Amino acid sequence: MVGHLVEALTLLADPALIAVIVMAALFGLFVGAIPGLTATMAVALLVPVTFFMAPLPAVAAMVTVTATAIFAGDVPGALLRMPGTPASAAYCDEAFELTRRGEAEVALGTSVVFSAIGGAFGTIVLMVAAPALAEAALLFSSFEYFWLVMLGLTCAVFVAPGNPLKGLVSLMLGLLIASVGFENPAAYPRFTFGVPELMSGVQLIPVMIGMFAVSEVLRFATTVDRPLETAVQQKIGPIFRGQWRLARQYPVQAARGGVLGTLIGALPGAGADIAAWIAYGIAKRFSRTPGKFGTGHVEGIVEAGAANNSALAGAWIPALVFGIPGDSITAIVIGVLYLKGLNPGPTIFIENPGSIYAVFLVFLLANLLLLPLGWLLIKAARNVLRVPRALLMPIILVFCMVGSFAINNAMFDVGVMLAFGVIGWLMERNGFPIAPTILGLVLGAMLEQNFVTSMIKAGGNPLAFFERPVSAVLGAATILIWTSPLLRMAWRRARPS
Amino acid sequence: MTLTIRAAMLVCCLAAAFWSAACGGNAPYPSRPITLIVPWGAGGGTDAVARAIATALERELGQPVNVVNRTGGSGVVGHQAIATAAPDGYTIGMITVEIAMMHHQGLTDLTPASFTPLGLINFDATGVQVRADAPYRTLGELMDAIRSSPPGTLKASGTAHGGIWHVSLYGLLDEQGIDPSSVPWVPSVSSAAGLLDLVAGGVELVTASHPEARSLIDAGRVRSLAVLDRERSALYPDVPTGREAIGTEWEMGVWRGIAAPPNLPDDVRTRLESALEAAYASDEYREFMTSRGFGMRWMGPADFAAFMAEADAQMGAAMQKVGLAR
Repeated sequence: MVGHLVEALTLLADPALIAVIVMAALFGLFVGAIPGLTATMAVALLVPVTFFMAPLPAVAAMVTVTATAIFAGDVPGALLRMPGTPASAAYCDEAFELTRRGEAEVALGTSVVFSAIGGAFGTIVLMVAAPALAEAALLFSSFEYFWLVMLGLTCAVFVAPGNPLKGLVSLMLGLLIASVGFENPAAYPRFTFGVPELMSGVQLIPVMIGMFAVSEVLRFATTVDRPLETAVQQKIGPIFRGQWRLARQYPVQAARGGVLGTLIGALPGAGADIAAWIAYGIAKRFSRTPGKFGTGHVEGIVEAGAANNSALAGAWIPALVFGIPGDSITAIVIGVLYLKGLNPGPTIFIENPGSIYAVFLVFLLANLLLLPLGWLLIKAARNVLRVPRALLMPIILVFCMVGSFAINNAMFDVGVMLAFGVIGWLMERNGFPIAPTILGLVLGAMLEQNFVTSMIKAGGNPLAFFERPVSAVLGAATILIWTSPLLRMAWRRARPS
Repeated sequence: MTLTIRAAMLVCCLAAAFWSAACGGNAPYPSRPITLIVPWGAGGGTDAVARAIATALERELGQPVNVVNRTGGSGVVGHQAIATAAPDGYTIGMITVEIAMMHHQGLTDLTPASFTPLGLINFDATGVQVRADAPYRTLGELMDAIRSSPPGTLKASGTAHGGIWHVSLYGLLDEQGIDPSSVPWVPSVSSAAGLLDLVAGGVELVTASHPEARSLIDAGRVRSLAVLDRERSALYPDVPTGREAIGTEWEMGVWRGIAAPPNLPDDVRTRLESALEAAYASDEYREFMTSRGFGMRWMGPADFAAFMAEADAQMGAAMQKVGLAR
């Protein structure tokens, strides 16, 4: 392996390659920072360009774009409550609360530093353990995915501050929205009302932008007695100050986020979005101060920020070893790998070791580049906070429309975005948190798909969910988590002190 | 990003329109950029093929050919956009096998006859795949196993309920005199997800094309027993055809072609037809298709129209018979 690393380093010492990486990083930051334009879209836009590139620069460009775009999605999330990518929606509110308190530098600094740490961690796992982890991913059938999704839904309880019942209602609304369309296991059009655009369901991104950002615009517009202050915060302090202290304060959270992200990322079909939600939920569940979550507390950002970037590297594990896409991004990357003669498969580490280790080094480099480039992005973005809010809000609305339109090049999605802006605003006014709705929408299709296909395989026998070993362990863990408050209560009753 | 490209295109189109108007409007076709609509998402297989043919077409026509993804509605929205565009040759599109299937399910009124076909540029037949350690070594052994075991023992996957691989497998079973319902179909979101479930032990067989199954076949996890086509696939020339394996006549697969809205003027149509044929034959397109493992197959407009009509009738009959049509 050392020999391959040396060979890879010499491949990497090409100024043209470094230039490609820096340019790809800037492109990724730009696309990721615009709400509605996702990391997947950034990679898809790169595909025609890679036709004309040598194999290594082509793959390096895609790797770099992904890593930077996912981080950049945190910036509008923290500053304007517009999550740039679905992966940053989990802790969008937490970061926005910090900005509101005038601590935008803490939110953004934490996000950039722990994104880089998580990404680097995931890469190291990819380098040393890819074949073994890919084998483990092959043990996952619909039964195991079902329990994984159930665990993810459990996080709704944790991401919803306040009244758990209202959180549950919000989650159910998300699951209901997820059931719209024709792409369900029975392939039967549901709730489409004859509208062809609704056949593939309600798109996640317009809903997300609408519920988070447009509801914020509406709230601003309907607040009559607003203070005369023009902006929340005039400037952002040094973003890296205090990060070393955070790293020493939350080493467990950062490591747990990295491990969790890599593992969930390595499961095909799960990916960075789900990793971020589960990491945030776990951070709150095991926190010493769970009450602070949702009020601008960095602990959740540390763990979820590390998780979504390490999941990106994790998604490459099944993609490289078996040619199975771990997420929508690696699905595109696999096509480019074939095109460039780097055919995925267990032998890729033997046949093309130099190129593959060079790709891994590009991963590390891209995550290190995040620190200076992320700093630049934050410096540029802070000017947004100087804009008077009365001017800023209409601009946000325009960006929301552009982002929703860009998903499918369709006005229909702009309408969806506006409608969900109003719904989100009404929900928040009445104390219903919106994060669980987004979680329900992210997981709803997976939940139904894996439940129905499992039941078809089992011939309708629900006990089949406990027959496979991995499935049994996951199922038992989920049920234990659900019933632990009841069990604890029963235990206390049984032994009155 | 896409918006800026579209805005730039719009500016170019307007400029070109004014220019051609100023010159008397008789500039030979094509005098401005052409839009190629793809009904599926950026980054997928169909998108990749569309971008490869667009690059080759661009050279033939001497005008930019811009790929625009009109996704949504499981392909209906994009196909609709192609069929209802102005028939001036400046909007063409890629149509896929789903156009011969969706109207049988009552999902749209569009049929293959709603377009002006220009040419078929790709075809990939059904491959029948099992786990590499499965006891059946041939398609015949697999069919015998299905016949001799109780219904529901063997389960299949590969696409959504009512998708192309579902229809293809059930059509084959029906032709072989086996009740299709004895092999329950486990719907999957994609062929990759179905193949993963096969390896994970969730199902016993997966119907999908060879390029889709390629990575797991090469990794030694999955074995292809046969390809349901009149000739063997270029990717796996050792895998027998269905006719060679069990003597079946059943052939079905996915295909992609280029089409324009109906009522295309004759001069524009012939220009596009010859440009597409030359683009298909270009080294660039051939190299792309070979490296991705996609099947090369060409049919001119007349053959393509006849092929689609035949595919449509075959699909309709098969879907009716196995209860997938509505």
